[in-house]
Amino acid sequence: MFKEYIKPALLSFLALTIIAGVIYPFFITVIAQTLLSNQANGSLIYRNGKVVGSSLIGQAFDDPKYLWGRISATSPMYNAAASSGSNIGPSNPALIDEINGRIKALKAVDPDNANPIPVDLVTSSASGLDPHISLAAADYQVPRISKHRGITESVVKEVIQKNTTGRFLGLIGEPVVNVLKVNLDLDAYKK
Amino acid sequence: MNWDNFIQISIYLIVLLLAAKPLGTFMAHIYEGRPAGLNVWFASFEKWIYRVCGVRAEAGMTWKKYAVCVMLFNVLGLVVVYALQRLQSFLPFNPMAMPSVSPDSSFNTAVSFATNTNWQGYGGESTMSYLTQMLALTVQNFVSAATGMAVLVALIRGFIQKQTRTLGNFWVDLVRSTLYILMPLAIIMSLVLVSQGVVQTFKPSVTAALVQPMKDGAGKTVTQQTIAVGPAASQIAIKQLGTNGGGFFNANSAHPFENPTPLSNFLEMLSLLLIPAALCYTFGFMVRDRRQGWVLLAAMLIIFIPCLWGSVHFEQKGNLLFDKLGIDQRASVFQPGGNMEGKEARFGIANSALWSVATASASNGSVNSMHDSFMPLGGMIAMWLIQLGEVIFGGVGSGLYGLIAFMIVAVFIAGLMIGRTPEYLGKKIEAYEMKMASLVAFIPHVFILIPTALAVLIPAGKVGMLNPGAHGFSEVLYAFSSASGNNGSAFAGLSVNTLFYNTALGLAMFFCRYWLIIPMLAIAGSLSAKKIVPVSSGTLPTHTPLFAFFLAMVVLIVGALAFFPALALGPIVEHLMMSRI
Repeated sequence: MFKEYIKPALLSFLALTIIAGVIYPFFITVIAQTLLSNQANGSLIYRNGKVVGSSLIGQAFDDPKYLWGRISATSPMYNAAASSGSNIGPSNPALIDEINGRIKALKAVDPDNANPIPVDLVTSSASGLDPHISLAAADYQVPRISKHRGITESVVKEVIQKNTTGRFLGLIGEPVVNVLKVNLDLDAYKK
Repeated sequence: MNWDNFIQISIYLIVLLLAAKPLGTFMAHIYEGRPAGLNVWFASFEKWIYRVCGVRAEAGMTWKKYAVCVMLFNVLGLVVVYALQRLQSFLPFNPMAMPSVSPDSSFNTAVSFATNTNWQGYGGESTMSYLTQMLALTVQNFVSAATGMAVLVALIRGFIQKQTRTLGNFWVDLVRSTLYILMPLAIIMSLVLVSQGVVQTFKPSVTAALVQPMKDGAGKTVTQQTIAVGPAASQIAIKQLGTNGGGFFNANSAHPFENPTPLSNFLEMLSLLLIPAALCYTFGFMVRDRRQGWVLLAAMLIIFIPCLWGSVHFEQKGNLLFDKLGIDQRASVFQPGGNMEGKEARFGIANSALWSVATASASNGSVNSMHDSFMPLGGMIAMWLIQLGEVIFGGVGSGLYGLIAFMIVAVFIAGLMIGRTPEYLGKKIEAYEMKMASLVAFIPHVFILIPTALAVLIPAGKVGMLNPGAHGFSEVLYAFSSASGNNGSAFAGLSVNTLFYNTALGLAMFFCRYWLIIPMLAIAGSLSAKKIVPVSSGTLPTHTPLFAFFLAMVVLIVGALAFFPALALGPIVEHLMMSRI
């Protein structure tokens, strides 16, 4: 029994644990840290030597002079230590409340804007950390940002354009705007 | 379906099917012990492992011995994963000082990872130390997948051998699957994922100063963001390839550190179905009739493609309730539109719906969007694909042996219809095989429907629902479907980290994995002992398009009959109520 069954079970488990649980992750970590250390450590953005965020992790914005991102269901918003979606179902009244709350907030700071609001601007992302919004959602906010910053709309559009990523090979994925990068660039813009 | 969606989905399917033949051939070579590069270069290493472990590689095992070894190895894995979680606060590689995990959650997660389910009752970045993620979870990602592949290979040997009592050696099949198939693919995938931005580090979380300080729910000002990192890429690569699905982070592949770009998303989706699709070719190669492999793959696609179309359609159509609020959800060059609740902007509708259909059919269970927030019928498609028994692609190995069980049922029914003795690949299908195949088809039904009924009757089950009404019922039904199908995805609004759900779902996962493996191995043993009947004019051909269609219908009818009443109470009624408003 021991020699036929238990010994091979125990030892092959141990061997595979060492290969898959120790050698493999350490090997990948060493290569990643050597060749791709920026990405492997979280694609961090530095300003004056301090970390101000990650280009892959969104941050919450509700000041009218900033571009706003998706709604985040984490607590507090954009909590990158506890990712989560809202998990609210499509017929749940809480979904309508959430959307109405966002619409109200958007209208309050931009009452003249009568355009229909792009859907991704009023819905929660899956991770609660979505760093992006659609081109339509960015475009919707241009007049507001321009007014509150006292810069022309074309400047705002230029900054948005600069931080837009297209589809991979022009085919795969969706074109998106990186919210945090736009806001860092807006703050850095000298009139 | 709009043009952009159509193109993206077509590219995906084409690449997937193109990869099936080369990878399928490679795997067949590995299992048949023919030289195929890797197994030549690492032959002495492989032999060394067997020597050290006391494995007699050339000694075959009867189906019973094979089954005992599968069970021993898996129970051992289960115990170790449980122990590592319970003890993690005392162990190294725990930079965020995570406390040990509770007993019921540890039990659930241990069963979940050993059975290739990877149900996440916990939040990865807030629960597990780096050591637990690597030594417990990553290891099980490999070996639970390799277990499924080993059982499949034993079953295939049952078809090709004549009057033989043994099915090969479990340890050899296990080691070869891990070393030559899963490991090389995982290494390549991990490195490509890191290049896209998936994190891979042993350092603790990073603190960033927020650009705009915010008030939190309690009115306190938050000025910093804690960004969880860790050795994620190495785990994500294998969780996709091995149809495991347990993410490093709570939001799984929706998390930007787990799936940052459209390219990473494409590759993760590809690896999700890659091995299950290629194994069909391996099957055809090994039984020396490749058409038999294509028939199985075709039967899968006959169900998969309409489901995919449906999911994209319902998600792109969006939520009627949004229209009344003056929201623009039409697709255009500026936005994907559609039901974007619980979806990431970079994936839009096509990649979210495609992923959900792929992950549900493949028994993977990773998600890049939140299924709980899908439209009722979009969510139902995912749930139903799981309920079909995880045989449309299905888990690596397990999906194909499950589909072969349905094939046995199909051959039997066809035989009854035309009055011929049922045969498959020259093996007579008799009462014993039928009994075992029926067990494989029906055991998951029992473990989905009965616990769901129980959970909605008792307070411990009802208290976990997040959404009201029919959708809450769907959450519970999805949970037990997912556990029994060894899938692992969820309508994640349901709070499952409770004593009741951890235990009930844990038991469902356990029985639906091993109570299917054992009858499958019994079939393999019985077939292996039989003669091969030569093909004659009385043989029903199983390699035709007609038979692929017939097989798909058998899978559909069994699944539809069992679950239609339950689905009517959940997603269907929700859909009808929503379209009435």
